[in-house]
Formats: sequence, C-alpha cells, structure tokens
Amino acid sequence: MISEQAKQRMRELAARYPVARSAVMPALYIAQAEEGYVSRAALEAVAEVLNMTVDDVESVATFYTMYYQRPPGKKVIKVCNSISCYLRGCDALIEQLERRLRIKRGETSPDGRYTLLTTECLASCGTAPVLQVNDEFVENLTPELVDRLVDQWEAEFQAEGQSQGRSPAGAGGC
Amino acid sequence: MPELIITKHIDVPGIDRLSVYRQYGGYEALEKALREYQPEEIVELVKKSGLRGRGGAGFPTGMKWGFLAKNEPRYLCCNCDESEPGTFKDRMLMEKNPHQLVEGVIITSYACRVSTAFIYVRGELAYAARQVQRAVDEAYAAGYIGKNILGSGYSLDVIVHRGAGAYICGEESALMESLEGRRGYPRLKPPFPAAVGLYGGPTVINNCETLSTVPAIVRNGADWYASFGTEKSKGTRIFCLSGHVKKPGNYELPLGTPLRTLIYDEQYGGGILGDKKLKAVIPGGSSTFILGADKVDTPLDFESVAAAGSMLGSGGVIVMHEDTCIVDAVLRMTEFYRDESCGKCTPCREGTYWLVQLLERIEHGHGKMSDIDLLLDICDNISGKSFCPLGDAATSSITSSIKLFREEYEYHVREGCCMVGPKARKPAAAAL
Ligand SMILES: Cc1cc2nc3c(=O)[nH]c(=O)nc-3n(C[C@H](O)[C@H](O)[C@H](O)COP(=O)(O)O)c2cc1C
Ligand code: SF4
Repeated sequence: MISEQAKQRMRELAARYPVARSAVMPALYIAQAEEGYVSRAALEAVAEVLNMTVDDVESVATFYTMYYQRPPGKKVIKVCNSISCYLRGCDALIEQLERRLRIKRGETSPDGRYTLLTTECLASCGTAPVLQVNDEFVENLTPELVDRLVDQWEAEFQAEGQSQGRSPAGAGGC
Repeated sequence: MPELIITKHIDVPGIDRLSVYRQYGGYEALEKALREYQPEEIVELVKKSGLRGRGGAGFPTGMKWGFLAKNEPRYLCCNCDESEPGTFKDRMLMEKNPHQLVEGVIITSYACRVSTAFIYVRGELAYAARQVQRAVDEAYAAGYIGKNILGSGYSLDVIVHRGAGAYICGEESALMESLEGRRGYPRLKPPFPAAVGLYGGPTVINNCETLSTVPAIVRNGADWYASFGTEKSKGTRIFCLSGHVKKPGNYELPLGTPLRTLIYDEQYGGGILGDKKLKAVIPGGSSTFILGADKVDTPLDFESVAAAGSMLGSGGVIVMHEDTCIVDAVLRMTEFYRDESCGKCTPCREGTYWLVQLLERIEHGHGKMSDIDLLLDICDNISGKSFCPLGDAATSSITSSIKLFREEYEYHVREGCCMVGPKARKPAAAAL
C-alpha cells in the first residue's frame, strides 16, 4: 500500500513540472521508498496520481535500472566493473565479495540481507575501485577494506537481530 | 601552477554553502549579468570567450545559444548525467561546488531568455543530487531564483531532476524524453533541441562543467578567459585522469597542455604505476579512439587530439600500462555499450551483442583468425548506421585497438591465451 502522504508528495511534484507526466520518475522513487521496490501497488499509485495507465508507468519503470522489479536486500551493494575500476583490479574484489556474502553477482541472499550487483562506471574513476552501499560511495577499495566492510555489515545485522530479539514485540510476534 | 578557473575554490571548506560561496565572490557574476548586460550581450560574451562544450562534442557554447528559435517558452537542460566510463568531474563539481553550477544555470537561463531550467542529475549520484538541490533551495531563499530576481524583472524556475540508471539519458534528446516522463529513447534529429526540444519548445542543453565555467567568464571577461588555452581551444578544462597512473584524479589544465605533462608531472599523474611502460591512452572517455604510447606528446586541445586520431570527448583520460591485455580491456568497454544500448535501433542493439560474443571468444582462446576482420565488419555495420552516436561510440575502442595492436588479437587466436598481463602464459624460458 502506498500511503496518502506519499501520494500527496507525488501530486505536489506533478504540479511543479510544466507537464504532470514529467513527475513519473520522482514519483516512482517515492513509491519505491515505501515498498522497497516497484510493486504492483506502486505502479497503480503512480498511474492514479499522474493519470497514466499502469502499463505506461510500468514501461517507464522497466527502462531504468534503479527501479527494482523485485524486493532487493537490505543492503544493496553495487560494485563498479567498468574500465577504470577494471584496470585497478575490481574483478578480484567482486569475487571476494561473492565469497564473503555467499552469493553471486546479481543475487540476493536468502536471508534478505544483501543484494550484490555489478554496475557501470560510477563516476569515481580517480578513486577506483569503488562500490556503493545503498547509494553511498566507498572509494579506494582494497581487499582489507572489503573485509572490514563485510565485518561491519555483519556486526550491524547482528546488533539489529539482538535488539529485536530482546524487544517484547519481537519475542511475542503478532 | 597555471591559474585555475573552475576548480579554483573547490577545496575551500564550506564552499557548498551559500554564505561561504558568497565570501568568495559567489553570485557577483549573476548580479553583474542582470545589472550590466542585456541577454544577447551575454551570448556575445560567451561566443567571444571561445568556450566550447565539455560534454563530449566540444560545440561552441555561445554559438549554440545563438541558434535558439525565438518562440517561447524556452527551456534549459543542464546535463549532469555523467556516466561516460573514465569521467568523474561533474560529480565533483556538484558535490563540492554546487552553487557555482547553479549560478551558471541562472546566468545561462537569463542569457537565453529561459523561464524554466532543469538540472538532470544521474540517478546513481544521490549525494551530488542532494548537494545541488540544497544549493537551489538556498538560491531560491536568497532571491537568486524565483520571481523578479534581484529586482531585475527576470523570473526563473529551477527543477532538479534525478535520473534512474541509464547511460543513454546523457544523450541530449534521450535526456529530454526522460524529463518528459518516458523511456529514454533518443529522438530523430533534426529538428535539433534549439528549435524543437523539451515539451516542443526551444531548448538549450549544456554540460555541468560548461555551465560551471560561465560565472567566471562573466566576472572576468571574454578576453581573460580566451587568454588561456590555444588559438582554437580556449580556456581550461578538467581532465579526469584514471587507470594505471600513480596519482589518478581531476586536474584542471589549460587546453593544449601536453598529455605527457598530465600523466608524468609530479603535480598531476606522477607517472605510470610501478614505473612500468605506457602502452595506450584513451583521451576522452571510453567512446573515443585509443591512442598508442607514441602519441604521449600530443597537446590536449580539440585540434591536436583530433590530428592524433581521437577526440577530447568528455575529458576522461584512461591510462593503460604494458601489462594490460588490450583484448580484455576492449571487451570490458564493449560490454558497457551492450548493456547500455537502449535497444531502439537494430545495428546497435544486435551488433553490440555480437561484438561482445566475438571478443569473449577471442579473449578466452576460442577465436578464429577471421573473427578479427569479422569484428571490423560488424563495427562498420554499426558505425554511421545507428540511430544515435552510442552505436558509433561502441566501435571506437575495437577499431582503434585492432589498428594499433592487431598482433595481440592474432596472438590470442594462435596461442589461445593473452600475450601480456596476468592471464599470459609465461615463456618457457622463465620456467627454468
Ligand atoms: C550516448 C551519449 C551519452 C552522453 N552522455 C553525456 C553526459 O553524461 N553528459 C553530458 O554532458 N553530455 C553527454 N552527451 C553529450 C550530449 O548529448 C550533449 O551533446 C551535451 O550535453 C551538450 O553539452 P555541451 O555542449 O556543454 O558539451 C552524451 C552523448 C551521447 C551520444
Ligand atoms: S544507437 Fe544504440 S543507444 Fe542509440 S538509439 Fe540505437 S540502440 Fe539506442
């Protein structure tokens, strides 16, 4: 379900552009932020607000790689594998990440924690190799840094798991 | 150290905030433009400065503005979709000095009598987009954008629009399709955007670095700007140096600076990684032709790089040393075009797949000698026969590398492995 608040923000955006349809990309971002991916409900909400058909919205959403067709992991890791990162040894780092996260590039881990993607040049060639975690850059990667990153993510998930385990809601379920 | 223009204040702490930007003369150029110049006079000023586009094609900026059709409303698109492999200057300009860009957008909009300007920021650059959005918000609050700017009677709206992952949206007509809320397919040209662009109106489109240069030209004058660079390539530009150099990074240099200086000077690249030998350089992003090491003394200006057999393109200088397998490197670049081909036209959509398949076959030791000429044949069927320049771009690294390093392709076919690099078979003598 897309919230009324989100729809309101989409309406405001639509009014901001000379033509309402121009708001389809930002509206898809808003919907995706609520659902985690571009769900059927997301497409329907955008279509309704912008007065487009659902198919039309979907045809836009499927053109752009940053709108997810399926729920991604909690941490989406995008590693650049274009020429400048390639020259700086990104391939070995991608293999290292595959080993440590126990998934191949393009996959999401079964526990829903990680999605590992390779991506096109991220405009960071001067600090290659690079990756992004949920759109934030980590630059000048080395094997040691990659290991530390994975350790840190694992620790974050562990802490999250423990705090959830302690809370009454977590224990009792619903 | 030559005088810096666009990156002069880039490392000033807090320059991304309006208050600090103003301490360094920020928005004085806008005030001067609105107070002292008619819009057409700014177009003339920029023509005289010799500024040429920094997005790829190097088209004279003032002349482009002069082509705008007279009907209204007119639009401006600032192209911040930076995604050409090897290019990373616009991201830096947006993240570190977003007000300089915003000031350039406002002055250009005034010069071109534009009422709505869009800044199209590549989707992956989330922080850059936040920085630009905050600068725009601050500029609205300070009265630099909005109704009746600084009492001049001129009004402007600026909208920051985020892309969502598609290299083709950097192509100007695809960018406009995307802004109109559609799939980013390029449009047929002509008509050119200056006549029929965004929402069918006359539209100026310029690169982020191009527009970031405009405030300095207004502040200091056309003659001052034209005093940098060469006879035909005026001013400075940011060279994005990456690959096998000791100190990769963005370096602003006057046009005409020798490639050797950029790569080897201690102030810039500092030489080749591991003091190895230079093998090849791509001078303007992965869409431009590869140059051999013998071209290292080429001055980096539009004319000299063209004479050497390539293009200055987007300013992305990619350096490869002697241990680089050229076939593998070219394969990597070709995969990019296969993945980013928008699929609208057949030569590019199908051709880039075939190119990758052939290159993979050769790289992995299963190629045939005839595959090398087959690659060239497919390139010939894509280049000049595709709907937009992405198709041409996909072939640049292939044709130029076969010309320069044909023996390395042949070695792969004959020996079934790389000639150099980590996957090369060590010569028998080394085993003794
Ligand atoms: C496939 C393709 C991708 C492009 N990507 C960009 C880009 O990311 N940024 C950019 O400024 N220009 C890009 N361009 C060039 C634009 O079409 C356009 O020429 C440029 O933005 C004009 O600005 P300028 O005159 O200031 O250089 C691209 C062109 C093509 C064909
Ligand atoms: S050349 Fe490639 S990117 Fe350009 S329109 Fe054709 S398929 Fe699309």
